[in-house]
Amino acid sequence: MGAAFPFSAIVGQDEMKLALLCVAIDPSIGGVLIFGDRGTGKSTAIRALSALLPPSKVVADCRYGCDPARRASWCSECLARPARQQAITKSVPVPVIDMPLGATEDRVVGALNLEQALNSGVRSFEPGLLAQANRGFLYVDEVNLLEDHLVDLLIDVAASGENVVEREGLSVRHPARFVLVGSGNPEEGELRPQLLDRFGLSVEIRTPQDIALRVEVVRRRDQFEREPQAFMNTWRKHEQKQRREIIAARKRLAGVRVDNAALRWAAQLCMRVGTDGLRGELTLIRAARALAALHGRSAVGSEELVAMAPPALRHRLRRDPLDEAGSTLRIERAIGEQGMALG
Amino acid sequence: MAEAQQAEQARQGDARVADARLAAAARAGDALLAAAIFALEPCAIGGITVRTDLGAACERWLVLLRELLDEAVPLRRLPPHIDDQRLLGGTDLALTLGCGRPVYARGLLAEADGGVILMSMAERVPARLAAVVAGALDSHSVAGAAGQDAQPARFGLVALDSGRGDEEHCPLVLAERLALHIDLHGVHPDDLLSTPIDRAALTRARSRLGAIQVDAEAITALCSAAAACGIDSLRAPLLALRVARASAALDERDVIDDTDLQSAARLVLGPRARVVPEAPASSELPADSDSPPESETLPESETPQNAHAPPLPDAGDELDPQLIAAARATLPAGLLAGIGGGAASLPRSSTAGRAGAAIVKGRRGRPAGIRNGRPRHGSKLNIVATLRAAAPWQRLRRAQARAAAPRVIVRAEDFCVTWFRQRSQTATLFVLDASGSSAMHRLAEVKGAVELLLAECYVRRDQVAVVAFRGRAAELVLPATRSLVRAKRLLAGLPGGGATPLASGLALAHQLADQLRRRGLAPLLVLMTDGQANIALDGSAGRERAQQDALLAGRLLRAAAFKSLLIDTAPRPAPLARLLAEAMLARYLPLPYADARALAGAVQSAA
Repeated sequence: MGAAFPFSAIVGQDEMKLALLCVAIDPSIGGVLIFGDRGTGKSTAIRALSALLPPSKVVADCRYGCDPARRASWCSECLARPARQQAITKSVPVPVIDMPLGATEDRVVGALNLEQALNSGVRSFEPGLLAQANRGFLYVDEVNLLEDHLVDLLIDVAASGENVVEREGLSVRHPARFVLVGSGNPEEGELRPQLLDRFGLSVEIRTPQDIALRVEVVRRRDQFEREPQAFMNTWRKHEQKQRREIIAARKRLAGVRVDNAALRWAAQLCMRVGTDGLRGELTLIRAARALAALHGRSAVGSEELVAMAPPALRHRLRRDPLDEAGSTLRIERAIGEQGMALG
Repeated sequence: MAEAQQAEQARQGDARVADARLAAAARAGDALLAAAIFALEPCAIGGITVRTDLGAACERWLVLLRELLDEAVPLRRLPPHIDDQRLLGGTDLALTLGCGRPVYARGLLAEADGGVILMSMAERVPARLAAVVAGALDSHSVAGAAGQDAQPARFGLVALDSGRGDEEHCPLVLAERLALHIDLHGVHPDDLLSTPIDRAALTRARSRLGAIQVDAEAITALCSAAAACGIDSLRAPLLALRVARASAALDERDVIDDTDLQSAARLVLGPRARVVPEAPASSELPADSDSPPESETLPESETPQNAHAPPLPDAGDELDPQLIAAARATLPAGLLAGIGGGAASLPRSSTAGRAGAAIVKGRRGRPAGIRNGRPRHGSKLNIVATLRAAAPWQRLRRAQARAAAPRVIVRAEDFCVTWFRQRSQTATLFVLDASGSSAMHRLAEVKGAVELLLAECYVRRDQVAVVAFRGRAAELVLPATRSLVRAKRLLAGLPGGGATPLASGLALAHQLADQLRRRGLAPLLVLMTDGQANIALDGSAGRERAQQDALLAGRLLRAAAFKSLLIDTAPRPAPLARLLAEAMLARYLPLPYADARALAGAVQSAA
C-alpha cells in the first residue's frame, strides 16, 4: 500500500477533523463515531492519522507496544523482562488498525500460534488486532454492520482496556487501550446502545454542498492518485505544522484550567438537553479542554464548549426514534436558550 | 377510414419498436465502451455493475471482456456463498496436516490481485460479504491471518446484477465503488459482436494514461453534473473523471474533450442519478428519446422525496447541457417512471442485496458463526473447523498415542460447531389503505397509529416496510429498512384519496412478504383498511369483483402462513373488514376501540 492521503489536505469536514485531533490529544475522551453520507472521506481522514501523529515510544521487544514511561500499564511480558531489556526503547508510528468486517474472532482477539504449536508443541499466543491497536486507533468501517459477537467483544475490551483470552488452552491477558473509531451510514441500520456509549464523540458528516468545494475535493484526490510523491511534497509543510500543534497541545493539556463557570455551563447544558448520566458532561469538558490546548489557551472558554457540545452530546440525548428535528438542532437550540456567556 | 386508422396504429407500433431497438443499440454501445474502459485499468475503475437477465447478451459481453483482458490476467468467479476461509485466506488444512507445519493459502481476493473478479447474482450478496469486498476495493489489499502480513489485492470487480425491479439490486456499498453501471436488458447479442478496440490498442492507451491532461473545467463540469443529478457521494465525480481519462486514452488523445465527459456522464453519473436533472433553461437540449416528456413538467410539490431532500447545491453556470443530456440518457428506469407518475421517487433501499443464501429446510435460522464447543440443540458440528482445530496437535498426540492411532487424532476439545440464529428477525410490513373512503375520515389517525407501531418496532429493532394502495394500484412506498426516520418521513408525505384497489395491495404485500421471508426475516403484515374494495386485481372498477379478489388475495396470504393483523379503520366496525380478516386468518382489531397501547401490544404479541 502506498502512502496515505495527507490529513491536512482534506477539504472541509472541520467537525470530523477537530474530533479526531481532540482524541489524539487526549485519548481518554473515548472513541469517535462518524456517521454520514457515502464518499465523504471518512476512511481517508482516519487512515491519514498514522502519518500525521507524532510517533510514540515503545518498549523495543514488546508485542503490545507498552509505554516505557508508564510501568503501571505494562503487559505481563514487559514486567517479566530483565531491566536491561526494559530500558531498550524505539519509536514507532501510532498504530491505526483497520478492523475489517470480515475479521474472524481469532484475528481480532488473537489465537494459538500454529507455527510454534506444530514445531515445538508449545502453546503460545499470537496477538490479534486488539493487541496491534494498543495505544493507537482501532477503526471499524461500516460499524453498524459488524457481527453481534464482534460487537460484544469490542464493548468489553473498549470498556476494560484489557483483552482477556481464554480459549484453545490459552490463558492470556494483555493491555488493549485504543481509541475506537467507527464509521457508517445511518441508513444501513442503528447501532447497539451499549456500543454507542463507547464513543466519546460522534460526528455527523455530509457532502459539502458548495460546488467549488466539491471540485477541490475531486481535484486534490485526483492529483494525489496520479502523482502521490509530488502531492505529498506539497503538503509536507502543512502536515508538519499540524503535527507540531498536536505535540504542543499535548504538553499544554494538563495545564489547561477548567473554571467553575465552565463546569456550570456544561452541567446546565446537559440538564437542558436531558442527557443520561454524567458521562456526557465529563466528555464535553475533556473535549473542550483538548480543544483549548489545541487553540493554545490556558483555560476552557465558551468557544471551546460551544464547538464540542454537539459532538460530545448528540448521541447521548434520550432519543425519540421518530423525532426528526435531530439531536444537533436540539443542542444548538439549547445553547441558544442558555447563551454563550460563562458565568 | 378504418384502414387509415389501422395503418396509423401500425406506423406508431413500428415507431415504438424502432425506438426500443434504438435504445437497446445505444445500451449495447455503452456496454462495449464500458468493457474497453474497464479492461484498460480494472483496478482504478473499480468495476462494472451489469444489470442483466443473464441471457445470451450477457454471455457474449463476458466473452468480449475476456478477449480484451490479457491471458495472464486472472479472472476469478466469486459465488455469493463463499466462506471467509476461501475469500480471505487462512490455514490450508490438507497441506498443514500433510507437512506438519502451518501452510497458509491465499484467499480468492488475493488470488485475483492484478486481475478481475466476477461476482454473479450480485443482488443476492449478503451485506457482510459486500462490505468485505468493498473494503478490499478501497485498500487494494486484504488483511492476512494472525501473524501474516496484509496481501495485495488490486482487482476490478464485475458484478452481474440479475435483480428484478427496484428492490433487488447489487448492494450499494459495492455499486458505489464500481465506476461503470451498464444495463444489458433488451440488448441483442448480435450488437455485441466485437469491440471497437483490441488488446494492442489497449496497451497503447495504457501507456498514454499518465500523460493525459485534466483541466479544472473538466472537473467542475463533472462535479456540477453529479450535483444536478442529486448524487451526493464524491466518489461519483472522481470515478467519472477516471472514466473520462480512460476514454481519452482509448481515443489516443492527451486532452480530455467533451465526448469523454459525455461518456463519463452516461456510464457513471446517469445510472446513479436520484433526481431528474433539469437542463439549464438557456440551453438547447438535443432531442432525447429515452425520457418521457412529462418528467420535465413535473411540479416539485408532487415529489415528496424532493420536498424533504436537502436543497441541491447550486450548480450555477457551470452546468454543461450536453453532460446533463448524456446523464439523462441512462437514468434508471424506475426513477423516471416513479417521478413521471407523480409518485415519490423511491430512494433505493440500501438494504437490498443483503439477502443471503436461502435457508436450507430443517435448519433453524441463519448460521450465526462458528464456535468451539460440542454440538447441541441449535448448533451443528462443523467438520472442517474441527479438523482445523485438531491439526496443530497431531504430532504431539501421535507421539502420546498407542501404535494403532488413527491417521488424524481428534479429541472432544477440538469440536467446533456452527451456530444458528434461533429466532429470525421480524420485518413488519405495513399495508395502508390510502384510498378516499379511508382517507376521508381516518388517514390521519391511521398514520398516527402507524407511528406508534413504528416506535414499537424501533424498540425491537425490526425492519419495516410500507405498502400503500389507492387509485388504481398499490405501490411499495418504503422497501424494508431499519431506518425508522425514513419510514416516518415517507408516511408524513403519503397522499390519500382515490379508489380502493385492496386486492392489488394484498398481492403486492404478498410478493414483498415472500421476498422478506427468502431473506431469512419473519414477515408480519399489518393491514389497515376499512375493507371497502372497489377496484379488482386487474384494475377494473366494480365493487363485487373487487371484494372477491380481495378475499382471494387474503386466502392466498393465509395459505402462505404469514402472520397478520388487520386494523379496521371504518368509523364503525364493518363486516367487510372482518370477513377479510377471517380469510387471512388475521387478528382483527377495530381502530375505534384500539387505543395506541392496545395496538402496540397487538403487534408485539403477533410477532
